[in-house]
Amino acid sequence: MIHFVLLISRQGKVRLTKWYSPYSQKERTKVIRELSGVMLTRGPKLCNFVEWRGYKVVYKRYASLYFCMCIDQDDNELEILEIIHHFVEILDRYFGSVCELDLIFNFHKAYYILDEILIAGELQESSKKTVARLIAAQDSLVETAKEQASSISNIIAQATK
Amino acid sequence: MNPFSSGTRLRDMIRSIRACKTAAEERAVVRKECAAIRAAINENDHDYRHRNLAKLMFIHMLGYPTHFGQMECLKSIASSGFPEKRIGYLGLMLLLDERQEVLMLVTNSLKQDLNHTNQYIVGLALCALGNICSAEMARDLAPEVERLMQFRDPNIRKKAALCSIRIIKKVPDLAENFINPAAALLKEKHHGVLITGIQLCTDLCKVSTEALEYFRKKCLEGLVKTLRDLVNSPYAPEYDIAGITDPFLHIRLLKLLRVLGQGDEDASDCMNDILAQVATKTESNKNAGNAILYECVETIMSIEDNGGLRVLAINILGRFLSNRDNNIRYVALNMLMKAITVDAQAVQRHRATILECVKDSDASIRKRALELVYVLVNETNVKPLIKELIDYLEISDQEFKADLTAKICSIVEKFSPNKIWYIDQMLKVLTEAGNFVKDEVWHALIVVISNASDLHGYTVRALYRAFQTSTEQESLVRVAVWCIGEYGDMLVNNVGMLNIEDPITVTDSDAVDAVEVAIKRDCTDLTTKAMAMIALLKLSSRFPSCSERIRDIILQHKGNLVLELQQRSIEFNSIIEKHQNIRSALVERMPVLDEATFSGRRAGSLPATLSTSNGTSLNLPNGVAKPAAAAAPLVDLLDLNSDDAPAPSSSGGDFLQDLLGVDLSSASVQPVASHAPKAGTDVLLDLLSIGTPAQSNSSPPDILSSSKDNKLPVSTSDGLSRPPSQPVHTTSSGGAASMMDLLDGFVSNSPKPEENGPAYPSVVAYESSSLTLTFSFSKPPGNPQTTMIQATFTNLSPNVFTDFIFQAAVPKFLQLHLDPASGNTLPASGSGSITQNLRVTNSQHGKKSLVMRIRIAYKLNNKDMLEEGQINNFPRDL
Repeated sequence: MIHFVLLISRQGKVRLTKWYSPYSQKERTKVIRELSGVMLTRGPKLCNFVEWRGYKVVYKRYASLYFCMCIDQDDNELEILEIIHHFVEILDRYFGSVCELDLIFNFHKAYYILDEILIAGELQESSKKTVARLIAAQDSLVETAKEQASSISNIIAQATK
Repeated sequence: MNPFSSGTRLRDMIRSIRACKTAAEERAVVRKECAAIRAAINENDHDYRHRNLAKLMFIHMLGYPTHFGQMECLKSIASSGFPEKRIGYLGLMLLLDERQEVLMLVTNSLKQDLNHTNQYIVGLALCALGNICSAEMARDLAPEVERLMQFRDPNIRKKAALCSIRIIKKVPDLAENFINPAAALLKEKHHGVLITGIQLCTDLCKVSTEALEYFRKKCLEGLVKTLRDLVNSPYAPEYDIAGITDPFLHIRLLKLLRVLGQGDEDASDCMNDILAQVATKTESNKNAGNAILYECVETIMSIEDNGGLRVLAINILGRFLSNRDNNIRYVALNMLMKAITVDAQAVQRHRATILECVKDSDASIRKRALELVYVLVNETNVKPLIKELIDYLEISDQEFKADLTAKICSIVEKFSPNKIWYIDQMLKVLTEAGNFVKDEVWHALIVVISNASDLHGYTVRALYRAFQTSTEQESLVRVAVWCIGEYGDMLVNNVGMLNIEDPITVTDSDAVDAVEVAIKRDCTDLTTKAMAMIALLKLSSRFPSCSERIRDIILQHKGNLVLELQQRSIEFNSIIEKHQNIRSALVERMPVLDEATFSGRRAGSLPATLSTSNGTSLNLPNGVAKPAAAAAPLVDLLDLNSDDAPAPSSSGGDFLQDLLGVDLSSASVQPVASHAPKAGTDVLLDLLSIGTPAQSNSSPPDILSSSKDNKLPVSTSDGLSRPPSQPVHTTSSGGAASMMDLLDGFVSNSPKPEENGPAYPSVVAYESSSLTLTFSFSKPPGNPQTTMIQATFTNLSPNVFTDFIFQAAVPKFLQLHLDPASGNTLPASGSGSITQNLRVTNSQHGKKSLVMRIRIAYKLNNKDMLEEGQINNFPRDL
């Protein structure tokens, strides 16, 4: 099971955190500080796994961002690398060659996408196309709601003129 | 007006936060935004709730407190529109966790949304439930989730399946409800549903054997077929990764097969063919393929034995191990660790490669490899392996040294073929990485050295040589100092020369030089200094010619700010100066330390050892052991501490600390031990408290003193451990009395007790439901201040009391001396008694009457009992 997902920039800024096991706010801060220290200082050629507090942390760097997932001792580390890549590819398709800024300004979208890939720390969908379709469908629901709202407020505005 | 475009937009807030140059600026911006959001919350602003929540989440991610927004999430979830719900659930998952009470409030909204007509809203609710539900929520909402596993849309079914995983993890009792719906999912074609269904089945098997049996019986063949179809499936662009169709599904299938095959031969047989196919056909040039192979190997290793498959699996691991990719090597090491229980021989073949991995530049790989080497070691390969590891110790990273040292020490201890090899290896480790050696390890080394009587000379010379080249490693210095103190004469005279060593010429003063270097090193800590001090005292007797010089060195510490050192300095000085006649007897060589006791102690209380030995440097290495409530006779003598530390810490540290302090006392044991051979160890320990710092005595105005049955020397040592300000009288005889002379001011000056003083009535001093204590009094003639008291204990209960100890404390104006009791076992039902003589001297005789506080400890059916009380009913004029 994946216990948490972290996206941390090369400067150590947190871009996304998702916790599937209960961690208090204090623990979360501590975990982030500890792990970013470990990941950011590891050399480029080293393996992508760090043993940490009886768990394993699998991380991979994409451009300026470190994607990191914490798993149990007996989980498949190589598969987690694939899941991270799966997530990155979906982000890439959604944003159109994703960059860190996309994830900063549209952080909520990144969360929505992650929620279509993982639930309860387990993989939910192995098809990138399906994820993209589900996200698009929900985005369009939001768009429709927005348009309705603005047309209603236009009607109200005109009526009260 | 468009509610989605006015005010500070989310984008603007993020921009202004990113524009901040300092943390203070950022805090200011965040504070302003938070204030605005709070205001909006107070006004119950609906239009911007959506945006405010998004802002809060961003602020939360930066690490600022956002608890005030929690209720907004709930409100947002409760509103009807999809956009509000979407952001509300996101906020819920981000800002709350399962332990917050607020979460309970959302249960109702969740229930409604799980039954919503819009499937995306159902999806949102399932996702939130799966990520943060608590046990209570799981119970409340399990029926909804169960129903949704049969929902028409596959996207809901897969979410419901994962949600069920969380539910059964929180409440395992619910597992049986999910078995049938989970089994139904295994027949699906949709990969998402299949993946989540398989995962659910795997987790069900973990919490319920019923589920395991069910899936084994009903679903195994279907699963094998699914995997076969998947392996042989044609190119499927939607699921393809590096030429493999859906590696995620592969891995989950293999994982479930593993669970089903484990411990069941028929099931294992059923999957052999497909596992062989996966193991041979999967491409291993990409990560995805390797991930599958890795999972497949683990499955092969875990299911019931099939020789051919295992060979296949070990070969795959061998290939992994020689891969250039660090990730692959890492997982190979990881898997070999599991393989070793299955086929140790096959793993041994890769020993050389594994040993190379210990030296890898990657810390993760090193750690794995070291752990693997640790389990690979056996009697036959221990020598070359340890040689490699110790050679590597020289050049390894500082941060790796601690791990490596610990493992080496542990291997050496476990597999050493003989003592000389053990000592040699340990000396190498101490020289290379002595600072990383744990206290109990070098303590164990000293025990071994002490037991290897034919190697004393060899060891002390080797340590002396090592010490000449390096004084950086604290524990090397300690062991060297201890050995030089003990076996200094062998160092100088080349006694017990082995033919493998080169002779060295060491003079008396060279040996003293070495200890002097040790005590004067800048970084020397208190323990080492104290040990060096004792070594010097011992050397002063071994080498009379250096006695004066040693005294000078010792005297340099007489003004030391650390009481422990100061006290040792002054006491040792006085021994060297005034007590030549007994010195040699005092500092004789240590008796052989008992290995069995030591290892027993260690095994019994390793954590305690750690905590003791890693404590502050003020943790004084003498006999100030904490009394262990239930423990060996070793500790129950520790009178002075017993009132402030009754903690049942039978710490191994005690014994280790003995080692340190014992040097001084060991010799003194010799004369005394003959009086009470049974009490040998006890005395030993007690004498250690010669260096007891005043702290343990300083607290009470009334000094607790105790004595122990039939252990004559004990009372002597009680005296020794008192602070100098508390002169004591003693009635001890012969050898013990001469011991008292050691310390000026402790000279015994009290007359022998005589029994014919004026008569006083006896009193029942203390009475409980199980015990009566009677005092009868007498006065020695010509000394009105002193009262002799005979205490008689009677056991009224039907059970025998064992390990009976009586302790008493008196106010400052009184002095109390306890003689040994007549026994430590009190027969049941008043059929016998213990008597014990006390002598009280009242310095305020005639003005104040006696008063005494008592404590009685004993064991009842091996359970520790303690009774306490105060005695005020002494006759007047005592």
